[in-house]
Amino acid sequence: MPSIDQFRSVPVVETIGGDRTMVLNMGPQHPSTHGVLRLLLEIDGETIVRVRPDIGFLHTGIEKTCEAKFYQQVIPMTDRIDYLCPMTNNFAYVLAVEKLLGLEIPPRAMWIRLMLNELTRINSHLVWLGTHALDIGAMTVFLYCFREREEILKMFEMVAGQRMMTSYFRVGGVSMDLPLGFLDYIKNFAAYFPDRIDQYSDLLTNNPIWMGRTKGVAFITKHDALELMLSGPTARGSGVDWDLRRDMPYGGYEKLDFKVPVQTAGDVFARYQVRMGELRESISMVKQAIANLPDGPVKADAPKIVLPDREKMKTQMESLIHHFKIVTEGFTVPEGEVYQGVESPRGEMGYYVASDGTAKPYRVHMRSPSFANLNAIGVMCEHNLLADVVAAIGSIDIVLGDVDR
Amino acid sequence: MALQPAVTDLELLKDRPAVACLLSGLPGALQSAKFDREELTLWIDPFHLIDALNLLRSSSSTQFAVLADLTAVDWFPSEPRFEVVYSLLSHERHERIRIKVKVNGADPYIESVTALWAGASPFEREVFDLFGIRFQGHPDLRRILLPDDWEGYPLRKDYPVEGYR
Repeated sequence: MPSIDQFRSVPVVETIGGDRTMVLNMGPQHPSTHGVLRLLLEIDGETIVRVRPDIGFLHTGIEKTCEAKFYQQVIPMTDRIDYLCPMTNNFAYVLAVEKLLGLEIPPRAMWIRLMLNELTRINSHLVWLGTHALDIGAMTVFLYCFREREEILKMFEMVAGQRMMTSYFRVGGVSMDLPLGFLDYIKNFAAYFPDRIDQYSDLLTNNPIWMGRTKGVAFITKHDALELMLSGPTARGSGVDWDLRRDMPYGGYEKLDFKVPVQTAGDVFARYQVRMGELRESISMVKQAIANLPDGPVKADAPKIVLPDREKMKTQMESLIHHFKIVTEGFTVPEGEVYQGVESPRGEMGYYVASDGTAKPYRVHMRSPSFANLNAIGVMCEHNLLADVVAAIGSIDIVLGDVDR
Repeated sequence: MALQPAVTDLELLKDRPAVACLLSGLPGALQSAKFDREELTLWIDPFHLIDALNLLRSSSSTQFAVLADLTAVDWFPSEPRFEVVYSLLSHERHERIRIKVKVNGADPYIESVTALWAGASPFEREVFDLFGIRFQGHPDLRRILLPDDWEGYPLRKDYPVEGYR
């Protein structure tokens, strides 16, 4: 075996093209890298020879921190991984812990989770569309997208009290019932949102500049997509017909009726079409969830795991004891391990949680879609032009909090 | 949905395609198996890892062609200390399986799977970075998330949560 020291010093600027090429540094503070991504671009004139991503600028050691927290205290950590889809992360984590516990949640909580999870997907895709178009030079779309995103953030504030770091899903349900007037607000949004998707589409889909910047750019084959562990819309743009919501349903998705948009062209435009299709499917799923939303409790009947209602805690001795125990000692989880994969807006977001029977997780690993999807950047950019790198980055839709954790 | 007790008896699990495939195609590779919470975990002998993954990937009865995740767990202070965890996924059969390999703590190394899945490269670098497990045959094994001159491996259990001060 080679000694470990040889991995320490890394030749950062080393070229494969000899005298013909030069290395250009892009990021980590470049506005079009969507965060703190640093790319080392080896270029021959304006053509990309090789791309090497350099990541880790946002690494906060969340996986290590999780091991020192109670199970319920990990939920706010999960928001901060992929900050554009907090509820999806909450969803994956609580599903994993519920699987470990063997806990079932009431139907109302399930439908609320589905509804908010799909709203989160819309929220994330709106940020993607706005910033992606802005990178390529279409500024108007950004303003329109953020107009609708603001409405969704308002809804999150209504249910969770927070616009972005929601921490609304809890082990055994959701933290509290929907506020008064929320359903009317969301129905109103769901009624006009499909027209807004048409607005974005009118601005971009047949726009010759948009087509010129996206068609045939940053191409990746289906074979490469699978080999490079890509998932989500990035893979579906290359013809990988796979969506965890449909193919391995979790958390109640088997009760929803939806299609999975798939494109086979494998370029930036194909990935754009997939995500636009997903916006339409998501808003239809939100409508289905509203229609199916039953009455009833929003927390599972498991007093040793789920915090009691505030009212009960103040009036019933037993609830007070349970509340005290959960807050001070946490709840124990039987020994074992699970992997829960969910379809985040970016791809397969997986939580691997191992328990040793105590109140703190022994190991929490997040399989983040952006981390895997970043694999594609090298293949996508090779032999493309320098100016197309931002189109490729935008079309993968990475979130650096998700990459670096 | 009360928890069912875990099944660890190989005799009871030998009907599962992955177990049957390994028992017939690569005798000696499968060390033990566990079926718990609807998830199947197989412990593979480290010397047979690549062959076993290749077999599970190509065999028509299993078709685990997608590597969904790669990570590790530190079971300090027990020995062998580490477990490298591979989550395989079959698009055709809509099924997951977890492959685990035990790695000792004194000289932690394991064969790299980058020859099977090129996309495993950053995942292996991450495990190397945070656990100090080396992957033989990895094309570019260096730290990925932490700075190159970082001391120690943070996700090991003997590394303090606050770091060394």
